[in-house]
Amino acid sequence: MSESFTFYIDGVPVEAAPGMTILDAAQAAGIWIPRLCWHEELEPFGGCRVCTVKMNGRSCAACTQPAEPESVVENDSVALREWRKALVELLFAEGNHFCMACEKSGSCELQALAYRLGIAAPRFEHRWQAREVDASHADVLIDRNRCILCARCVRASRDLDGKNVFGFTGRGPERRVAVNSDARLRDTDLDVSDRAVDICPVGAIIRKGVGFTVPIGARRYDGAPIGSDVESANDELESANEHTEGGAAATVRQEE
Amino acid sequence: MSTTRRVVIEPLTRVEGHGKVTIRLDSAGEVESARLHVVEFRGFERFIQGRPYWEMPVAVQRLCGICPVSHHLAAAKAMDGIVGVDELTPTAEKVRRLMHYGQIFQSHALHFFHLSSPDLLFGFDSDPATRNVIGVAGAFPELARQGILMRKYGQEVIQATAGKKVHGTGAIPGGVNRSLTSAERVELAADIPRQKRWAAEAVAIARDYTLENLAFATEFAAFPSNHLGLVRPDGTFDLYDGVLRAVDESGEKILNDVEAGRYADVLVEEVRPWSYMKFPFLRELGPHKGWYRVGPLARLAVCERIATPEAEAARVQFDEAMGGRPGTMSLAYHWARMIETLSAIEEIEQLLDDPDIEGDDLVRKGERRPESVGVIEAPRGTLFHHYVVADDDTVMRANLIVSTTSNNEPMNRAVESVAKKFLTGTEITEGLLNHVEVAIRAYDPCLSCATHALGKMPLVIEIQDAGGRTLAEGKRNS
Repeated sequence: MSESFTFYIDGVPVEAAPGMTILDAAQAAGIWIPRLCWHEELEPFGGCRVCTVKMNGRSCAACTQPAEPESVVENDSVALREWRKALVELLFAEGNHFCMACEKSGSCELQALAYRLGIAAPRFEHRWQAREVDASHADVLIDRNRCILCARCVRASRDLDGKNVFGFTGRGPERRVAVNSDARLRDTDLDVSDRAVDICPVGAIIRKGVGFTVPIGARRYDGAPIGSDVESANDELESANEHTEGGAAATVRQEE
Repeated sequence: MSTTRRVVIEPLTRVEGHGKVTIRLDSAGEVESARLHVVEFRGFERFIQGRPYWEMPVAVQRLCGICPVSHHLAAAKAMDGIVGVDELTPTAEKVRRLMHYGQIFQSHALHFFHLSSPDLLFGFDSDPATRNVIGVAGAFPELARQGILMRKYGQEVIQATAGKKVHGTGAIPGGVNRSLTSAERVELAADIPRQKRWAAEAVAIARDYTLENLAFATEFAAFPSNHLGLVRPDGTFDLYDGVLRAVDESGEKILNDVEAGRYADVLVEEVRPWSYMKFPFLRELGPHKGWYRVGPLARLAVCERIATPEAEAARVQFDEAMGGRPGTMSLAYHWARMIETLSAIEEIEQLLDDPDIEGDDLVRKGERRPESVGVIEAPRGTLFHHYVVADDDTVMRANLIVSTTSNNEPMNRAVESVAKKFLTGTEITEGLLNHVEVAIRAYDPCLSCATHALGKMPLVIEIQDAGGRTLAEGKRNS
């Protein structure tokens, strides 16, 4: 049994137990580190790299990197915000994300992150890749246009549902989320009640027929920007963060 | 060497979308022909294929930023059929109607005050430097202000029902996703008296303009036509729902209250090579006799009465001025449009007074069906949305007939009539060319929607000889 220790995120002392990742320790201390593929119920994956921080001057994924005693972590800096912004923008450029007609709009983690990071217009050329929709299942639909390859469905199906419905196929820009059958979701043992269905951060895996039943104003991020739930756990830090991107993101949202 | 000339007006101004007009002159300077071309293409019907059906009301409204609610609701009405719902809950129907009347109110106010009033207030050939909304704001500040505040009010009604002023999500298959809160209802109701007064005053302006210029209006882009629109089964004016009725130039019914879902049995769309906008006509009468007008003038021609008192009184006056027959004057569209605006605000008043508007029974469900049609009276006329949905819930086929498409032939006739009357044998000036635009503008065309294209509608004028060589060209942006 080892003792807990202290390390520093942007100069703020943070307590951590041995083996805890930087992201977990930050989370417990009410410090939000932006992320997409991380989910509290799942093993860390380190795929999206949006949680990139610098530990003792060296960049690493906060979701997989264990915290170390007395280490100095840079999180909310101009340089890191720019890196994260670029990573998220690249996801928009790679997929086909038409927020205006997407039922996940307002509740989508990718969109919410874009608002919070202050992404107002595309910077990178869109790839406009042809991607497939799998509507074969009676209750669940896969729209690969919106998939960001976070592997949450892959991990949830394997680790939470014990089913292995999802996996990846292809390499590089051709990488796609695949299902555990020849081609169609209806031929797998996926059930609409599986955790893998609701854990998608974007609109890639959706329940059929739900659509736009949640009105504007009641959607997940209509009230407060992404990450504010973590930050509100620590009032002191929340007031310190007031002058960062959070306020700007809220303004952008209203004009959407 | 021929001296035939062609005059091209491109881009057209103060209309929604992008288009151009070509006028062909013979060697004597006589107008041979004139055409309205719609030159942009958008193709929504194709790219929604393969998308899940419940996306349609939100996706297809992106056809347009002016009256997206019309597409939102027409698609939602079609999706009601897809999810097997023939009758909405009272709250859902009323919330949707409120949204629609807010839409009619704001769109008509925008057209009358911002796009058309410069022609009516300053004259068709007045100085183009002031013949615009800025000029109106300078010379008639109170009128310009009313126009802006009426549009704002309509947008606020839309926000309360759809969640956003533009491109909301209120209507969903089988119902709506929200109703009004008490606070929203009280706030919207508080402004009703002022909005009603302004709407009544706008009717008076349009009426007086028409009556004072009656001799001119009966000469300007005036021609008899068939008219088509929705009415309630008892013949009452209704912008949200009803049966299809068409009348001929004498007012005789030529389409006898056909169920809207059967539109394809009675209407045909013709494609002509020089425009992306199709030409619909009544199947039974054929392309030469079967074309028809839609929109405010047509709706007042097909209905027998309006349910709300002030608008009905205005309609009776209008009907008398038209001689008890369907209107022939393109310029009378303005008057008819303002009567509809008045009817919309009266309907809004009644709905805000109805407790159902705050109800919480929002959605019904039924047995899935493979195919459905949604029809609604958009500000510019009858709007048809038709979808075929596969067993896997994705859209296989869609057909949209938007209002402006139905007015394609009437607008072409209006353009030709004005060109022949006003441009023959004279030196062609900007003021004369604006006469052509005034005729088009009367129909409040939305060329974006009509071809499912994007953008504002600027106007270009080009004069060419018979060989197509450009002799002169004039362009301006909207």
